[in-house]
Amino acid sequence: MSAADRARSAATGLDRSRVALYLVLLAMVAFYLAPLESGLMTAFKTPEGFRTTTPFALPPIGEFTVSAWGMAFERLSSGLLNSAMMAVPATVLSALFGSLAAYGLTNLSWRGQIGVLMLFVAGVFIPYQAVLVPLTQFWSFVDLGGRIPLAFVDEYQGLINLGITHVAYGIPICTVLFRSYYATIDEDMLEAARLDGASAATIYRRIVLPLSVPIFAVTLIYQFTQIWNDLLFAIVLVSDPSNQVVTVALNQLQGSFVQQFNLQMAGAFVAALPTLVVYVLFGEQFAKGVAGET
Amino acid sequence: MSSGIFAALIRDTGGSVRSDGPDVDSDAAGDEASDAEPRVRTDGGTVVDGAGERSGSADAEPSLRSRFRRSRFLESIPFWGPPGVLVLFFVYGAIGWNFVISLTGWEGLGSPDYSSLSTEMYTQLLADSSFHAAFQNTLVLLFAFTVLSLVVGLLLAILVDQKIRLENTFRTIYLLPMSLSFVVTAIFWSWMYNPSNGLINELLRAIGLDALTQAWLSDPQFKLAAIIFALMWQFSGYCMVVYLAGLRAIPESQYEAARIDGASTTRLYWRVIIPQLRASTMSAAVVLVVFALKAFDFLFVLFGVNPGQSADILSVMMYRVAFDRVQWAYGSAVAMVLFAMALGVIGPYLYLQYRRGEL
Repeated sequence: MSAADRARSAATGLDRSRVALYLVLLAMVAFYLAPLESGLMTAFKTPEGFRTTTPFALPPIGEFTVSAWGMAFERLSSGLLNSAMMAVPATVLSALFGSLAAYGLTNLSWRGQIGVLMLFVAGVFIPYQAVLVPLTQFWSFVDLGGRIPLAFVDEYQGLINLGITHVAYGIPICTVLFRSYYATIDEDMLEAARLDGASAATIYRRIVLPLSVPIFAVTLIYQFTQIWNDLLFAIVLVSDPSNQVVTVALNQLQGSFVQQFNLQMAGAFVAALPTLVVYVLFGEQFAKGVAGET
Repeated sequence: MSSGIFAALIRDTGGSVRSDGPDVDSDAAGDEASDAEPRVRTDGGTVVDGAGERSGSADAEPSLRSRFRRSRFLESIPFWGPPGVLVLFFVYGAIGWNFVISLTGWEGLGSPDYSSLSTEMYTQLLADSSFHAAFQNTLVLLFAFTVLSLVVGLLLAILVDQKIRLENTFRTIYLLPMSLSFVVTAIFWSWMYNPSNGLINELLRAIGLDALTQAWLSDPQFKLAAIIFALMWQFSGYCMVVYLAGLRAIPESQYEAARIDGASTTRLYWRVIIPQLRASTMSAAVVLVVFALKAFDFLFVLFGVNPGQSADILSVMMYRVAFDRVQWAYGSAVAMVLFAMALGVIGPYLYLQYRRGEL
């Protein structure tokens, strides 16, 4: 075998292994997308359609319908609105608190801060079950609506309680995300500002905050997804049906239309739409938020 | 661009903010390190901590520095104080409160009676056969789910790390399930597992394996396995992200050295690369285990409060006991067991991280 032949056979061997590699990668794509694709196809089928065709197949002519989407949207629209009203402020607040805490525990160094930091970090891993009973006790005792005579507070008491709870339990992960970023800020630069007489608050506002845009993006996206997706706190803390968030509404939709899979699938997509859009637009930031949890 | 940025661990990604090279990471990563060698140097030079302390307070410099330090502590309070109070109250206060509630016999309407406390609930737990079943299922779930997700995530990471085209797209798709609510994924998977029309059984029939079709979610034999598989689908992308960061931190030269030695690809990964991913494995495993402990939403959407003995886990049992049967104290006791299990995992992990200066 000549050198050229050897090179060629090595090349085809290489090609073959590359082809195999891509085939495996594509098979995994199919694996990860199959539940979504089947759901999407099913959502466009009539009951007759999804009973007689394979889930991933396109709806046959005559069995195509968008009625499930209309009904799902109608059922979930108030939940979508409630989720948005609660999740957006809660996300911003927990990110802001996380940023402040990380700055105070990273860039302003003092003895013993590692101990305080530990308490924050450990909070990331707390099983929420361990706080559920006290939380219900606490919020029924606080009774915001009864104490604050504002129509707004009274109307949205459940959502306000839920939002504050999410802020509190979101602070640990936000602090961890911001800390790993703030640890990379050049100390000499902050030190120079300090020698110029800038206070800690000024340095935060003028230097640290403007540098934090990328990590704010990561934290906001990650935290928004977490809060939007939560079910446990919502079912425990919100009893008023008019304050129901979308995950709870979707769970009820699923429970009350047992055999209507097209409606269930459409509902799942409607409820997931905001997080899907955020994920498609900011997948990179989401990935960093996810990785930061470690 | 993103593949380059994505390559490194998150704290390495802020290239634009730091001025001086990669060594900042090792310095700034741990406070243990910064205690020994302060990152902030008042005079711009290297001040050795120990030397100042040895020379005593007669020396003006250390007292100035310690005063400086103390003032930084006061200065820092407004920043971490308010969030710290929230965390202290909602996390630690609530857990303490939960423990006290678990010592009362509180159930039904009304308020807990804090005047007579006993470990009655824990004695009951030990004798409760449904607790035994849930405890056992929880262990099976957390072990099988963690191992399975890690293995699949590692394989994905290695595949994605082969300098492939469209790497971003592949990665984005693999991580996609992680961005979805468990309510959403549970609905998808209940359709996937549907005995008559679901995709799993349809595929099995299509390739002539009719004998293998099952009522996945109602047969006690397969329930837990079906849950574990679906959760693996949702979390393996996360493991891939963690492993990929670990892989990208290994210098290229090691791959080349192994190739020159004539090592096969399998051997290269098994002997050289995978052993270096121990830190990634550990941190991903901690997150997975803790998640498995608190996994609730997914099972609740599929089964409500009664998954049946073959799939009952502690987090669902806690909810059922406390919020369905209103046996608050008993539910709190189950929650304490969950908390203790989580602590058993994260305690050593955080201690290790602290010791390695990676907190």
